Amino acid sequence: MSEAEATLSALKQELEQRVLDSIEFRDQLTAVLPPEAVVEACQFLKQRGYDLLIGLTASDHWPELPRFEMLYQLFSTEKNSLIGLSVRLEGEEPKVPSIESVYRNANWHEREVFDMFGIDFPGHSDLRRILMPMDWEGHPLRRDYPLGYEEVQFTFNYDEIEKRKKYAKD
Amino acid sequence: MGIETKLGNLGAVTTSLEKAVGWSRTRAMWPLLTGLACCAIEMMASQAADYDMSRFGMELMRASPRQSDLLIVAGRVSRKMAPVLRRLYDQMPEPKWVIAMGDCCSCGGVFNNYAIVPGVDEIMPVDVYIAGCPPRPEGLIHGILTLHDKVMAEKLA
Amino acid sequence: MSENQMEISVDELRGLVSERALEGETMILNMGPQHPSTHGVLRLILELDGETVVNCVPDIGFLHTGIEKNMEALTFEKALVMTDRMDYLNNLGNNLCYCLAVEKLVDLDVPPRAQVARVLLTELTRIASHLLWLGTHALDLAAMSVFLYTFREREILLDIFEMCSGQRMMTSYFRPGGLWRDLPQGFEQAVTQFLELFPERIREYESLLTENPIYIERTKGIGVISSEEALEIGLTGPNLRATGIPFDMRKARPYSGYEQFEFEVPTETHGDVYDRYLVRMEEMRQSLRIVRQALDKLPDGPTRSNNRKFVPPPRSELGHSMEAVIHHFKLWTEGFSAPEGTVYVPVESPRGVLGCFLVGDGGPKPRRVHFRTPSFANLQALPMLSRGHLVADIVAIISSLDPIIGDVDR
Repeated sequence: MSEAEATLSALKQELEQRVLDSIEFRDQLTAVLPPEAVVEACQFLKQRGYDLLIGLTASDHWPELPRFEMLYQLFSTEKNSLIGLSVRLEGEEPKVPSIESVYRNANWHEREVFDMFGIDFPGHSDLRRILMPMDWEGHPLRRDYPLGYEEVQFTFNYDEIEKRKKYAKD
Repeated sequence: MGIETKLGNLGAVTTSLEKAVGWSRTRAMWPLLTGLACCAIEMMASQAADYDMSRFGMELMRASPRQSDLLIVAGRVSRKMAPVLRRLYDQMPEPKWVIAMGDCCSCGGVFNNYAIVPGVDEIMPVDVYIAGCPPRPEGLIHGILTLHDKVMAEKLA
Repeated sequence: MSENQMEISVDELRGLVSERALEGETMILNMGPQHPSTHGVLRLILELDGETVVNCVPDIGFLHTGIEKNMEALTFEKALVMTDRMDYLNNLGNNLCYCLAVEKLVDLDVPPRAQVARVLLTELTRIASHLLWLGTHALDLAAMSVFLYTFREREILLDIFEMCSGQRMMTSYFRPGGLWRDLPQGFEQAVTQFLELFPERIREYESLLTENPIYIERTKGIGVISSEEALEIGLTGPNLRATGIPFDMRKARPYSGYEQFEFEVPTETHGDVYDRYLVRMEEMRQSLRIVRQALDKLPDGPTRSNNRKFVPPPRSELGHSMEAVIHHFKLWTEGFSAPEGTVYVPVESPRGVLGCFLVGDGGPKPRRVHFRTPSFANLQALPMLSRGHLVADIVAIISSLDPIIGDVDR
């Protein structure tokens, strides 16, 4: 039994009913948790030796529900083992407690997820936009946010686009 | 014609004022150090030993916009950076020229999305566009020499 | 766009800077996006007490390109082109990370020749990236001749990349399934020539900097971080190895055949700027060792997988095989479909751990691609590293962390 499998079964014992599911896909283990159990699971895993938070992101499954999925990846530098956590969230007012108290480098990663998806992290010390300008409206990486595509100017529509395209005169 | 024959070998040269001004402007044009992204690496490579830009008068890049007269926009311009670039352009004293180096600042490049300004010519008037992703250092040097030709041909009035 | 968004009011800074700033005792200085030594467009808001830094707040996002959203609109093979442009000094390394993630998601095999060639080119990219780091790091500390020397070596490496793929920097040479094309004719001679001349050059750079008293004055004891703090804040790569923890993803979870190669992972103990410099110099030597072994081990054989469901057939087959035409048509118009599921693949880039999250949804385009980039995580450590130092030391600290702003902002 590999280290990650042993850890997963210990996590299930520790959190009892709250581990909803466990996925094994292409030799990678992921535990599915409800939002309330995330901080406790991270504290447990940190005590077991998973000392580096190596990935934190979100994914938007619109139009499927529940809409958002938070993905965490934790790594143990001594045992070289990788384990993942997945949390599904509703789309209306998505919130996940912040794990900044357990892993300090979650600070900027959670700010980026807030900026790009609009997921709130109660308990975070400083939640503001990090990549987009401060006064930007909307959350770009959501699936219903448009790509912002600009029509390409080929020879057949050269003149129509030339009329609309703005150039700086000075 | 007339004065030259009179002066002979006294070391005087006659030319038109426009040519003299054009000559002095192009032979010591100092670029502003604004490397934004990947094209900046090729700009640094063309400043280094193999493709030397100081033989064209650009010995150094000035860090302050008040002391430079050429703005080489090297790299992709994002919406957050656009007002900063415009401010830098405004701070440069006349005469000033702009080279848009690379695909991303000429037309948006590979990226066609919410975050990139499609072409820096939406923010400031551009004199020379250089294509490539990133353009080779020889491409940048060719662009600079094209700009030199353009400046030499500029009229003063 | 108004200019007001650049001016942050003192209220917004209330939580970030110390109380003394709000009373006017300390000065708030903006080290703006355009600065000769911030390695790109990084903005720092420094709170200074005289010349000493009390706090430092980085403001990033000036190079945000929306690469992740753009990749969701392209098929898997076309999205590869975007990965070169993230960390633009480690083009082949980014390609490798994304290709490994795609191959893991769709369960695609890679022939051995392609694996060894990938290792060879990735290590050459690591050397090129460290060379540029060394040049700009020395340039920031006003040692300009090192800059000119390292670019001379980098040109040789860029010639090798151009020989393989046609492009100096944005190569897109690794594709899902192997390499785009076989290695060209003069490749082995070029790499052998490079292997012969490079060790002498490393000695040259070391003779210029390692014992130099001015360099030692400016870098020893500056930007010190302990190993526990470094793991807390998520530092990886040479920055972590300089504090004493020998963590290298190539040894911890080997990928693409790295387990067959013998190399060491250099570490130092103090965790200051000087140690990070020493670790990177030694890493260049170890990469050279791997390149030598890879060149000897390079087997013959195909360079891309034969699985026609994912890899387009060569054009020579299109003349006489109907199946090849059908595969070619499907792959270039719609693209191959990936199963539903999430994979995460971490690799070691010259800056630290680069990880790729890839979420497939059954269609030809990825649902979500996210790159855990090392520079984004490393830059979080900047406020911790710079407290108590002078403004001139900030320049040395930033360049020793080796941030690439394209990597930070994606």
